[in-house]
Amino acid sequence: MNTTLKFSSSRPDRAFVAQVEKISGQKLLACYQCGKCSAGCPMAAHMDVLPNQLIRMAQLGMKEQLHAARSIWLCVSCLTCNSRCPKDVRIAEIIEALRETVLRSGERNDHLKIQELSPEARGELPPIAMISALRKQTS
Amino acid sequence: MGSENNPMKLIYYPGCTLKNHARNFDVSTVSSMAELDVEVEELERWNCCGTVHALSSDDVMHRVAPVTNLIRVKEAQASEFMTSCAMCYNTLKRANIDVKERADALETINQFLYQEETKYAGDVDVLHLLEYLRDRIGFDKLAGKVKKPLKGLRVACYYGCLLVRPKEVAFDDVENPVVMENLIRALGATPVPFPQKTECCGAYHTVDKPEIIAERTDKIMGSAFDEQADMVVVSCPLCAFNLDFRQNDARRLNPDFHHLPVLYFTQLMALALGCDESALRFDLHNIDPKPALAARGLD
Repeated sequence: MNTTLKFSSSRPDRAFVAQVEKISGQKLLACYQCGKCSAGCPMAAHMDVLPNQLIRMAQLGMKEQLHAARSIWLCVSCLTCNSRCPKDVRIAEIIEALRETVLRSGERNDHLKIQELSPEARGELPPIAMISALRKQTS
Repeated sequence: MGSENNPMKLIYYPGCTLKNHARNFDVSTVSSMAELDVEVEELERWNCCGTVHALSSDDVMHRVAPVTNLIRVKEAQASEFMTSCAMCYNTLKRANIDVKERADALETINQFLYQEETKYAGDVDVLHLLEYLRDRIGFDKLAGKVKKPLKGLRVACYYGCLLVRPKEVAFDDVENPVVMENLIRALGATPVPFPQKTECCGAYHTVDKPEIIAERTDKIMGSAFDEQADMVVVSCPLCAFNLDFRQNDARRLNPDFHHLPVLYFTQLMALALGCDESALRFDLHNIDPKPALAARGLD
């Protein structure tokens, strides 16, 4: 994974950190970056930023970079990370909070554009797939 | 287990996909329960389970749909109900745990549902069919009801995410559940070791990122094939769709991919308990299970 984290001396976006902590119900600084979440993540191979890196960036309030990360939409809340975290950090809840900060931005900011799917593609999908995809990726 | 004159009654929540793409899951559930002398009664006026649990701590709105179903169970004069869909089980159970722990959220929901005569008070239990079979009927008794033992059939049991995570909803070990293997054994078949059994299938990415599902399906089904499984059994209609209907994409991704049928555990149960062929609905599969069964003399 060729992700480079660049840290500056500027203060983290505290309002953003507080918002993520409130929505997720998690203390971001509880994470000590062991990487176990990324090691077990079934989506890691497709991610541009790994789960433990998302948490680190959230600790640092890197809102713009997090909102630009493909990874926040790739997490499907399978909860493998949560069940293995040695600090009982609920990583999936934090990633959901990151999605929510996009979806709750005040304007329609849906990640999934269902109208762009072909009628054939929509027709073959079971309701369980359509509803869960819409629930997770639209406001 | 009830006697023939006095069957046990059980409220049953099917969920939306069991009435659409996964009718094979619905009919095989109901038919096999009848063979076990359990009278399954479909919950009246059930609605969507909520389909995925909202993980946001401040999200109360998405608990309304599951709680409404719990109210319907109370209206049916029952204190528990069963579902065989892993997604419905997970969503309903987590909402139930959530409102039991958060009195303020429950009060908000009851106020929102002011037109309901019955208020929810955290007094309904959510059961998964596998849990019911293991704890209420017992696999020994179930084995005694088998008319057509599935001898020689090699089965990989796939749990995915929703039966085992989070640990609060798991009714078996989170990393190495065995309840489905024990059921398969009771039916006379042979469960195979299956290291991918709790790996995620990719879930709703099937809607707009089917290439991810192809990779997951290749990995998961490939592992079952490596263990010489004849088939994979599941408890989730979304896993079933991904692992069965996305096999053509997996084949395009990996030319060495071998097709294997994907069945609901209830279909194997219906088969072993001697249910009519109409309870199996093999016509709803992408990969036809019949050749795999015929190869073991089970046609």
